[in-house]
Amino acid sequence: MELFDNLALGFGVAFTFQNLIYAFVGCLLGTLIGVLPGIGPLATIAMLLPATYGLPPVAALIMLAGIYYGAQYGGSTTAILVNLPGEASSVVTVIDGYQMARKGRAGPALAAAGLGSFFAGCVGTLILAAFAPPLTEVALEFGPAEYFSLMIVGLIGAVVLASGSLIKALAMILLGLLLGLVGTDVNSGVARYSFDIPELTDGISFLAIAMGVFGYGEIISNLSRPEEHREVFTGKVEGIMPTKEDFKNMVPAVLRGTALGSALGILPGGGALLSAFTAYTLEKKTKLKPGEVPFGQGNIRGVAAPEAANNAGSQTSFIPLLTLGIPPNAVMALMVGAMTIHNIQPGPQVMTSNPELFWGLIASMWIGNLMLVVLNLPLIGIWIKLLTVPYRWLFPAIVLFCAIGVYSTNNNSFDIWMVAIFGFIGYLFIKLGCEPAPLLLGLILGPMMEEYLRRAMLISRGDWSVFVTRPLSASLLAVAAVLLVVVLLPSIKKKREEAFVED
Amino acid sequence: MALASQKDFFSGLMFTAVGGSFALGATEYTVGEGARMGPGYFPLMLGILLAILGTIITAQSFIKGHPGGDKVGAFAWRPLFFILAANLAFGALLVGLPSIGFPAMGLIVAIYALVFIASMAQPGCKLKSTFILATILAAGSYGAFVKLLSLQFPVWPAFLTN
Repeated sequence: MELFDNLALGFGVAFTFQNLIYAFVGCLLGTLIGVLPGIGPLATIAMLLPATYGLPPVAALIMLAGIYYGAQYGGSTTAILVNLPGEASSVVTVIDGYQMARKGRAGPALAAAGLGSFFAGCVGTLILAAFAPPLTEVALEFGPAEYFSLMIVGLIGAVVLASGSLIKALAMILLGLLLGLVGTDVNSGVARYSFDIPELTDGISFLAIAMGVFGYGEIISNLSRPEEHREVFTGKVEGIMPTKEDFKNMVPAVLRGTALGSALGILPGGGALLSAFTAYTLEKKTKLKPGEVPFGQGNIRGVAAPEAANNAGSQTSFIPLLTLGIPPNAVMALMVGAMTIHNIQPGPQVMTSNPELFWGLIASMWIGNLMLVVLNLPLIGIWIKLLTVPYRWLFPAIVLFCAIGVYSTNNNSFDIWMVAIFGFIGYLFIKLGCEPAPLLLGLILGPMMEEYLRRAMLISRGDWSVFVTRPLSASLLAVAAVLLVVVLLPSIKKKREEAFVED
Repeated sequence: MALASQKDFFSGLMFTAVGGSFALGATEYTVGEGARMGPGYFPLMLGILLAILGTIITAQSFIKGHPGGDKVGAFAWRPLFFILAANLAFGALLVGLPSIGFPAMGLIVAIYALVFIASMAQPGCKLKSTFILATILAAGSYGAFVKLLSLQFPVWPAFLTN
């Protein structure tokens, strides 16, 4: 079987001592930072990205993937123990996870999250390995018109499925696309919007924007709120293993969560957040068994299902990135940035031109998931200790890591000034209620979209109908239109708003 | 007329202004035509689109919003100022400002400055604990970034190393 040959190649790459160490360090660092409340995977990856510059590309990507899972897992730990979601995708884990912790069942809750995630991770990895090659074949058929339409679907999907105001999200995407265009135009050599600043002719560093908006913006906003009294369940975590009864409830929930997450992760704009929300909603709709704890009061299914779903989703959201080169969400947009730094142009050609990287990354995802379980369940005590560190110790350290990280990207102080500007802008976004994730997606896609649009129009000699006369492109655009129309329907609009407000 | 959402009102204005300026800037470059797009074509399109969306958001802010007017609220000037100032001080001290002849002081000095300034973002910071934190971070960064990852930094002040 080809699948097994490929996986064997991947495991051969991933199972070298060096790469195992990098996967381990990635998971460890990711969890370490992800546990800290208020720092999501985006800020974590942006902060730790510079640590991978010196590594060979394969090792760097393996480590980054580890950081991503670690950050996500750390977020769940915080959700369960402190009633604070470490990141958006563990918002629903908070509801039942924290209630379990209050009843002295933090251990089983953490185990449910860990084991559920691990199972989902295994399935997600297999799906990725199975679906990547055929999808790549399809992708190779794509012309510029198809790519352009695909990006439209991706961007529309990202806002439709995200929370908050639809029109503001669209505006944020456009803003991101425009910011992405700053710098030298590849076709004409004209430096656009650079105001004669030499550093700006290379474009605005995406890392400076990510760190400014997601790092500094968040910190400033956190500091402006009075420090809430947090109840941390330290020392109460005994008896990690769930009971037999728990397992009986957990298993079907994990299976449902995994299935949902895997499917939703592939969708543009999907990934971890949407998967977790949907999985929780689904669990709530299923009937409670007699004697089972109701949802919202510490039902183990309310932890297991969304955690499985978000891990499966984060796994399968690599599929569009690795096969089409299009990031389906903001975390993957950062991964594109990371790959470009290592001179890898993500897209269908990676699998053929760089099979070791491709399959090594996939294999290391599974290893990363395994490491998380091994790392987290015994080390839970350390993470709890970390949660008791007061915020006034944490935020100067975060500011420092952001500053060091952004400087070391280009060894240029200009980027430090840019982070400060984008820190201010990020805070402004928070104040004005503008969700910043779509901006990052637009930022990465901006130059690509322009390039494909130009090529498509050049081939068609200026005829815009090329996007609707080519069947593949037309159907992609139709999907985007349907998505938009569907969310704008009054009944669904109301439901969508409810889904993200409640819970 | 009362605003239903102050946040939307101002964010709409922001989008319109930014979109408008990008579109205006785009006209400085060759716009070209569909078949041969100049560097101004795509940004002009996007800029106009953004300005339109911004106008819609502003217009909607009179009708649609949350009860209570969805106020923007006061700016947290204290953390805003100190966090950004800490960052700027770090940059200035790390590599210096050659344009005004300010010498590079290197990583260690920059870290102390950053931690002290950033700590002031929260009221009631203590000098001693801030000093301990700065020392830990300076030692840790030296070990991790300079020694372990061998990233290129000026570590010590320029007048000491030359």
